[in-house]
Amino acid sequence: MRHGVARFVTGFLALPVGLYLFYVVWPFLQAAGYSLTDWGGYSDKQQFVGLDNYLRLFSDELIRKAFWHNVFFLITVPLFTIALALFLAFLLNVGGREDKAGIRGVFGSGLYKVIFFFPQVLSLVVIAVMWQQIYRADGQGLINGILMKIGLVGEDDPITFMHDPEPFLGVPAVLWWLLLIAVWSGAGFYMVLFSAAMQSIPKDVYEAAILDGAGRFHTFFRITLPLLRDTVSVAWVYLGFIALDMYALVFVMTPSQGGPNHASEIFASVLNFTAFQKGQFGYACAMGVALAIFTILLAALQLRITRRERIEY
Amino acid sequence: MSVTPDLDRRTLLRRAAAAGLLVTPAAGLLSACAGSTPSQNNDNAGEKSDDNPFGVQDGSSVKVVIFNGGLGDAWAKEDQAIFNAKYPNVTVNMSSTQKIKTEEQPKMATQPSDVVMNSGADMMDISTLVNEGAIEPLDDLLAAPAWDGEGTVADSLLPGTVGDGTYQGKFFVVNVAYTVWGNWYNDALFSKEGWTPPKTFDDFFALAPKIKAKGMAPYVYDAVHGYYPRWALMATVWKSAGKQAVIDIDNLKENAWRAEGILPALEAWEKLVKDKLLLPGKLDHTQSQQAWLDGKAAFIQVGTWLKNEMAATIPPGFEMKISDYWGLGATDKAPNDVYAGAGEGIVVPAKAPNKAAAKEFLRAVLSKAGSAKFAELTKSLASTKGSGDNVQDAALASANELMKNAGSDLISIKLWNFYADLDKESQNLSAELMAGRLTAAQFVDKMQAAADKVAKDSSITKQTRDA
Repeated sequence: MRHGVARFVTGFLALPVGLYLFYVVWPFLQAAGYSLTDWGGYSDKQQFVGLDNYLRLFSDELIRKAFWHNVFFLITVPLFTIALALFLAFLLNVGGREDKAGIRGVFGSGLYKVIFFFPQVLSLVVIAVMWQQIYRADGQGLINGILMKIGLVGEDDPITFMHDPEPFLGVPAVLWWLLLIAVWSGAGFYMVLFSAAMQSIPKDVYEAAILDGAGRFHTFFRITLPLLRDTVSVAWVYLGFIALDMYALVFVMTPSQGGPNHASEIFASVLNFTAFQKGQFGYACAMGVALAIFTILLAALQLRITRRERIEY
Repeated sequence: MSVTPDLDRRTLLRRAAAAGLLVTPAAGLLSACAGSTPSQNNDNAGEKSDDNPFGVQDGSSVKVVIFNGGLGDAWAKEDQAIFNAKYPNVTVNMSSTQKIKTEEQPKMATQPSDVVMNSGADMMDISTLVNEGAIEPLDDLLAAPAWDGEGTVADSLLPGTVGDGTYQGKFFVVNVAYTVWGNWYNDALFSKEGWTPPKTFDDFFALAPKIKAKGMAPYVYDAVHGYYPRWALMATVWKSAGKQAVIDIDNLKENAWRAEGILPALEAWEKLVKDKLLLPGKLDHTQSQQAWLDGKAAFIQVGTWLKNEMAATIPPGFEMKISDYWGLGATDKAPNDVYAGAGEGIVVPAKAPNKAAAKEFLRAVLSKAGSAKFAELTKSLASTKGSGDNVQDAALASANELMKNAGSDLISIKLWNFYADLDKESQNLSAELMAGRLTAAQFVDKMQAAADKVAKDSSITKQTRDA
């Protein structure tokens, strides 16, 4: 390296790195520091309590409940979103009939792409407020209104959606309804992601498969899916982050932010209650740090498991 | 005791922007916890006199944050005018918001506003503020001469106002709105049908079939915010089991929830749910209030801010009136006690830079002129005596009437201000009882268990009440 280049590069990087350290890394460190204290959040008094807050996490029933709800989302959100996105992407890119022009998507796929992608343009909170009207638990709700008109739901017995803690497959119904929104809002983006990846798969691979008599089912599972492995893996990690969050949906949509009666409590909602209602910022910071560690471990594990030799074409 | 805001479009967009920052859950949650280092405050004080009891300094400025919920913020601008008429050289920087905690909590330990109206769904937990020493005791405000009346500020307040703002023996919270809670009905409809508002649950259960025959649901409630039905449940508990039973509950006394009269009170509510007297569906506060205004249900229970909150959509010919909560009848220990008290609390942060002007501003808020404007603009009583005397309004008059016939004590429950855990639990259980998923007996068992847990937890600062 020529003399002075190092100084030149440092000159460019100093400001952004400084800003990043101050506004991102420093608050993280502060939070980790507070997690070792009993700070209440409204004063400048705090005592060092060591790892007490972390030990408390293990005996906190509410946290345990919230943890399992997050695990539910961690499994279902990526699974259903990726499955739906792959299905849509496949149909839109290679699912149509094959003719002289080669392999292509179903009729009108360009329009469908725009429609499916649309939820991605909206903020999650806008989506939540919109779905509040869709899920409204009386005759004025979109779903209830329609079902009542066609007589599938009784006037006196509307579907209660966010107010329904009855378990379905062992999980409160309210979580399934939240899952539907998360999948609906996420699938479009991953459809576009997978579409882009699919378009980079050479067409002749498909043509060869079709010549050999492979149907849609086989082309998808034998060619498309294996060649999309990298993209799907990255999508899985991203969706894992979203599943561990879910805060906006729970906060805006559920009664008592995590209700009814803790049926939709997640890590973030318990953290919010602990910090801002109970005034136990130290303990809440410990929750945040624990969640961060869990997220990082999960991402590392995920990327390690799915790592494989890359196929070049 | 708060007026819940709607999630309006602007909050929504702001929250949306905030949510957009949550790239990963960890990042968002981590930085949410981080605060900043405290700094010293310097209180600027001027000369003290009877006319200027806190020594407001000329040329200083005072920052006032108003909660813009069911009561709006127009009344506060009147107080600002009254204050500035006396102190033209003191700048009042007034702003209003619905996001009190979101905007004010981060500043509390360092550079808080001088006057904060702590109310709404996004309010700062009072007992935490007191325990952390984050707010200023205002006993000197009570002892100061009233702004434009005889005697001290304390003398000019309605009964219950000082008690409602007192924590651990000190007066911390100036509750400006005097709220009366009860069951609301449409007087025009009731006169037309020849119905009388019930006094007891038995009266109500007798009237209910007649209401149903008209194609109306007898009762509608807010199924989203657990603290709405909780007011009504606890009012019945107080009427049935008496004041001492509720004091014992608030003081976490052993087996307080099993005292005589409590279970029957909750069983009346259980019967109301089991007999299907509720409007089907799960609505929030404004949706349920609108359903009531639309004539879908005969009764709704809420506080006196109702008229102001729903002002835009009250149908012509609708005469809203409030009646007392229902008791059980002959067995009641306190049948005539009314649920009323001072709410919408204003606090002065302990680190406020201009406490003198903050207290003086509060003295102006509690003045006769200011409170009369408050009642006129909000159609709610202020906690200063005589605020509603000159306001012509049927709803306000019915609340006045209710207060005149009230028993010796006001119903007041401290439990949810004392302990955040029990606040959450009692909200959840109230919602569960109203949803028919919990019996009265289970409600009592679970509340007792939650109270015992808090009583045993040494990390929670205990509070007590005597009266």
